[in-house]
Amino acid sequence: MKKAPVLILGATSDIGLAIAHRFAKEGYPIQLASRDVKRLESDRADLEIRYSTKVSLHEFDAIKTDSHQRFVKKLPIMPGIVVCAVGYMGNQFESERDIKSASLVMRSNFEGPVSILAEFANHFEQRRSGTIIGISSVAGERGRASNYVYGSSKAGFTAFLSGLRNRLADKGVHVMTVLPGFILTKMTFDLGLTPFLTANPNALAEYVYKSYLKKKDIIYFYKRWRLIMALLCHIPERYFKKMKI
Amino acid sequence: MKLAGWGRYPVIEANISAPRSVDDIIRQITKGTSIARGNGRSYGDSSVSSSNTLHMKHFNRMLAFNETSGQLVAEAGLLLADIIDVFLPEGWFPSVTPGTKFVTIGGMIAADVHGKNHHKDQSFGQYIDWIDIIKTEGKIERCSKTKNPELFHRTIGGMGLTGIIIRAAIRLKRVPSAWIKQRTLTAENIEQTIDLFEQSLDSTYSVAWIDCLQKGKKLGRSLIMLGEHAQLEDLPDTLAKSPYASPVKQNITIPFFLPACLLNGLTVKTFNKFYYWNSKRKDQYQLVDWDRYFYPLDAILGWNKIYGRRGFVQFQCVIPLDKAKDGLSELLQTISVANVGSFLSVLKRFGEQESLFSFPMKGYTLALDFPVNPKTLNLMQQLDLITLKHAGRFYLAKDSRMSRDTFLSSDPRAKTYKSFRVDGGLNYSFSSAQSERLGL
Ligand SMILES: Cc1cc2nc3c(=O)[nH]c(=O)nc-3n(C[C@H](O)[C@H](O)[C@H](O)COP(=O)(O)OP(=O)(O)OC[C@H]3O[C@@H](n4cnc5c(N)ncnc54)[C@H](O)[C@@H]3O)c2cc1C
Repeated sequence: MKKAPVLILGATSDIGLAIAHRFAKEGYPIQLASRDVKRLESDRADLEIRYSTKVSLHEFDAIKTDSHQRFVKKLPIMPGIVVCAVGYMGNQFESERDIKSASLVMRSNFEGPVSILAEFANHFEQRRSGTIIGISSVAGERGRASNYVYGSSKAGFTAFLSGLRNRLADKGVHVMTVLPGFILTKMTFDLGLTPFLTANPNALAEYVYKSYLKKKDIIYFYKRWRLIMALLCHIPERYFKKMKI
Repeated sequence: MKLAGWGRYPVIEANISAPRSVDDIIRQITKGTSIARGNGRSYGDSSVSSSNTLHMKHFNRMLAFNETSGQLVAEAGLLLADIIDVFLPEGWFPSVTPGTKFVTIGGMIAADVHGKNHHKDQSFGQYIDWIDIIKTEGKIERCSKTKNPELFHRTIGGMGLTGIIIRAAIRLKRVPSAWIKQRTLTAENIEQTIDLFEQSLDSTYSVAWIDCLQKGKKLGRSLIMLGEHAQLEDLPDTLAKSPYASPVKQNITIPFFLPACLLNGLTVKTFNKFYYWNSKRKDQYQLVDWDRYFYPLDAILGWNKIYGRRGFVQFQCVIPLDKAKDGLSELLQTISVANVGSFLSVLKRFGEQESLFSFPMKGYTLALDFPVNPKTLNLMQQLDLITLKHAGRFYLAKDSRMSRDTFLSSDPRAKTYKSFRVDGGLNYSFSSAQSERLGL
């Protein structure tokens, strides 16, 4: 049987691309979606040559929610799996002072992903099959002074995924929430040294793929993040507010 | 950040960046002098620059493959291991490969690497159709044998000092299977070793493992391993059914530095003896899978740590054919007197090769590993002199310690290479710790 494609929203991100590689390796056709598809030309060639699979590129802007319905309609084939790796960290300092900056962060991490995944959720619900994988963040588990605008938008996204999972559980649609800790990405890079809490995108992608097979609901990467967040979430607010972390 | 080559010596405090786009690279190289780094498998300081080391790991995409000619267009940071992963199942293999698959295309071009087939097929540079490179002005320039040939020929073997290689078109070769038919010959001494090499020039692959602690009549005792790609009819039925399937192997990882004292004359001697007798005992012919044949060391990830924290250095020289017997005898003699032993003493036969700056020339190349300590560093200076005396030269991809004088007197081409760099203003943009040490 031919596999239905895997759609990666936010395919220029390290995590999105790593997940594309992982699924392509299993022979899935891949749809890469991003604002700047020109940047993905080489990745398309690379994926096609490496895994002899079909890869297509699709213009997609997460914060242009008006375009989302059309985006889904225009897809040549309805994907079997949608991975949402869209995200924008922004700069906390700017977000505190300029609502436009804050708004961009919130729209990129929450409004945009919600809007596009809602479309797919409805299609998948009707079809009674499909998987939605949302890349959220441990930053959404508790707001911290250093990162709370980003964190709160991810918190919203995490809650959305949770609700969606709840709604679609008996409709044959699987929703998986991925909560990565620190990932080596554009801002950081490794040189053989992987600190205790910092994972590389390929390792995360491997874990996502395995967890997809097992139909996991919520996954932390590394698993140790789950413990750390549990501890962090249980610090009474009284003390927590004095810790500037 | 502290950075070193595969030998972990010398360790240099270096600025590192990992550009993700051509624009990023241009931004980086206009900041000051820089050097490209592939996968850091050169032993010494050739891919380290204290001012700016550009890690090319994000440029690792395959861009096009021609199924008729075997031409692969790919980015410079692509690993050879990935190429084999993708193309061996289709019947293609690198035309030339070094002894590790964890090297990048950029690193293989810059060092113009050689394999066990140099006597027949020359070096990696012969299989490059074109190279895209960023020079000082910050624009991409394509060079090939016909277009901008001087830049092309100086980039091959140029140790990253002509610019940042972005992508290249290389040619793979067709192979009948993933297996090598290996034949092992034993030689009692260096004379015999060389005679056997000369009689085996028809073999596609050849390499000798020298037991370098032997003395007197047994000086240069060795095992010579010849190899051919196995044809279907060479394979037992079980393997012939899927001739490109590779056996799955478990790799071993060395997790920490072993104490340097583990490696002493005695352990090395015992190891070499064991290896020699063990192989001698075996059948002359063996079927070996590609991974074990070409990359035996890769199975032990991080094996460079066995030399301890201080790291290790490699000595690799080539001695021209007419002086090979004398030169090699003298080198081996000196090593055996010093009694410091080398785990890996490898001898290969190079064929004809004329290049502007690459290492190979017609003759014999000897490579040895030594743990870093005053005694071995001193020994290597003696080896330098013997090499010079026999008109040989040194492999820069392995070097981490040679003096400027030694280098300049070993290679008259260094002067013209340097003027090429100065004329094009390349010396202001690209330099490595090695090029500064050697005055390139
Ligand atoms: C176990 C082992 C076995 C080996 N066997 C052999 C062998 O049989 N034959 C042989 O010839 N060599 C051999 N080598 C050496 C190895 O092949 C070379 O050192 C090779 O250059 C390493 O490639 P790299 O990608 O790690 O490059 P690095 O070590 O990172 O860099 C090597 C050189 O290439 C330059 N470079 C890298 N990328 C670029 C780029 N994009 N643009 C411009 N310059 C660049 C660097 O500046 C540097 O000068 C061996 C090494 C090991 C560790």
